[in-house]
Amino acid sequence: MREVPLRREPVPPDGVMGGPPARGRFGEYGGRYAPESLVEACREVGEAFREAWADPGFRGALARLLAVHAGRPTPLTPALRLSEELGVRLYLKREDLTHTGSHKINNVLGQALLATRMGRRRLIAETGAGQHGVATATAAALLGLEATVFMGERDIERQALNVFRMRMLGAEVVPVITGSRTLKDATSEAMRHWVGATGDSHYCIGSVVGPDPYPWMVRELQRVIGDEARAQCAAELRTGVPDHVVACVGGGSNAAGTFAGFADTPARLVGVEAEGGAGAARGRLGVLHGCRSLFLQDGDGQITQAHSIAAGLDYPGVGPEHAHLRDLGRARYVTVTDDEAVRAAVRLARTEGIVPALESAHALAWVIRAAGDGELPAGSTVLMTLSGRGDKDVSTLKELL
Amino acid sequence: MTYPRTNPAVAAGAVERHLRARRDVGRGLLMPYVTGGITPGWTDYLRAFAAAGADAIEVGLPFSDPTLDGVTIQQASDAALARGASTRRILADLSELSGLPDLGVPLVVSTYYNLVLHDGPEAFCAALRRAGVGGLIVPDLPVHEADELTGVAEGAGIELVLLASPATPQPRLAEISARSRGFVYAVSLMGTTGERAALAASAAELTGRIRRVTDRPVLLGFGISTPDQARGARRHADGVVVGAAVMRRVLDGAGPDDLRAFLAPLRQALDQECDRPR
Ligand SMILES: Cc1ncc(COP(=O)(O)O)c(C=O)c1O
Repeated sequence: MREVPLRREPVPPDGVMGGPPARGRFGEYGGRYAPESLVEACREVGEAFREAWADPGFRGALARLLAVHAGRPTPLTPALRLSEELGVRLYLKREDLTHTGSHKINNVLGQALLATRMGRRRLIAETGAGQHGVATATAAALLGLEATVFMGERDIERQALNVFRMRMLGAEVVPVITGSRTLKDATSEAMRHWVGATGDSHYCIGSVVGPDPYPWMVRELQRVIGDEARAQCAAELRTGVPDHVVACVGGGSNAAGTFAGFADTPARLVGVEAEGGAGAARGRLGVLHGCRSLFLQDGDGQITQAHSIAAGLDYPGVGPEHAHLRDLGRARYVTVTDDEAVRAAVRLARTEGIVPALESAHALAWVIRAAGDGELPAGSTVLMTLSGRGDKDVSTLKELL
Repeated sequence: MTYPRTNPAVAAGAVERHLRARRDVGRGLLMPYVTGGITPGWTDYLRAFAAAGADAIEVGLPFSDPTLDGVTIQQASDAALARGASTRRILADLSELSGLPDLGVPLVVSTYYNLVLHDGPEAFCAALRRAGVGGLIVPDLPVHEADELTGVAEGAGIELVLLASPATPQPRLAEISARSRGFVYAVSLMGTTGERAALAASAAELTGRIRRVTDRPVLLGFGISTPDQARGARRHADGVVVGAAVMRRVLDGAGPDDLRAFLAPLRQALDQECDRPR
């Protein structure tokens, strides 16, 4: 394949995707818009995480868990046959190969370790696709904690396999029957539950959303994706850094972790949202679930329901740091349809022998589209995070294919 | 105890002056809550509250994702939204009241911060003011994020009420008490809104801690629904907020007269107990 010359772009201002943001703010986004009853709990989590993150003992213990339990580092796989077809050089960061099958485990092992350090005995979590719930149940079992997972009734139906896995792992799965009965409502319910349980429970949020410190903490815990990929690209690519770095965006944790490894490089960062859940691409300024960010809303300021075939992208907002990266122009956010995502999943299965999660298939669908319409010039290098494997989606896909 | 003009021109500090005046003559304060737009004639509930001896009335602007509310107020919010309730329509309904004989009771709106940001703090507060509202409660806007709204509200003559929780450390409690307007909203327990079997032990402890740092009126809310609980709350606080117990009845079809009957024993309980520690 032909090599294209590296396009050098201005490197972003210092501090983008760096240390803890002042007052939890990413530009005008973020903050700690928590009910007063949760403010002290958030402060404790933030303080504990800062200490832990600066403690080589904690970092070492987490690195060990990630290696021996979760199977890190994950490989960087050149997608050779698909690259040939698309005319670009596509590399896949294989989060689907982690234990439990998605990047969610990176965050959860960190937060579970933090919870034990803080003396908590139980984890509370929300889940959409069930991947974060499974990861939470897994980490809880591993570290001897209890786990309570809130899940929308609609998601319980479409992700039955993961519900069974959580229960088998010993977690309590609580169906949420309010609102749209998906991730947004599960998150509200988990927050309500935490208000009454701050003494002994840690709220293990599954993405880069929620009140400060969560967006920063979860990004730091997912940074391992980007850091590994950066080193792997340096070894693999003549240019050292890919031209494009692409990831799907629900709340935005796999994207944030991936982007964090490349924020200070000339790589173009692209976040791919579901057409029906495009908080970054189409949201308006608002406050939900403890943070100020971009959310889908109607003309009266009510939050609208997201709709995506990928349960993990069914969130009407986006993490505050993504809103900020969008405003800075450091990352851009695009959307793909359910149909494009399904076709991309099938194509990856048949060209590379990998069945991706429908969430991850969104990122691939954009790569396929952009390679087709010239947005990705022939020969350009693309790093895409394959956030999870598709086992959980087989029943959804069976109906369609 | 002079509160002649309420709607629409409540002057700055009027809610607090009104509550202080009533407290200072030994009256236990009662603030019932209703979700705005819950029924076609929902403002009739406000008249019933006034007739039942309310000292202030809380009107909730329903939000799609009420993260600090339990099932009852969640259901009420959903029902109101399903009927087409919105900030604009609810405030329009309140404005209509101002042409009628005076309620004699200050109105306090409560809602989530997304609805404030959606209109923008200035437009939002100006609209409250035009509708004759005197106070505002925003449960997901804690004191450290409130700068954006405090000055604007003050300028518009809207008293921004801050909430204090059993988990709030003492120095922060002092800041909340100093910056709150109208009264201090003491959240009686670590939980969401909703009826409970008994008044939480945390209610007395929190109220005591607030009293140490302010003489502003203190209203206890969350989980107060019976005359017994109101009597217990009155021992520590200046009064109570009653929300979920009202809304459960509204959801079950109670009309204004039913609510008046429901509030009467609560009013009585608050009138009995006057030996409140200062
Ligand atoms: C496989 C997979 N990818 C992506 C996501 C979206 O989350 P985020 O945007 O936080 O990475 C999820 C969420 O459930 C998921 O399971």
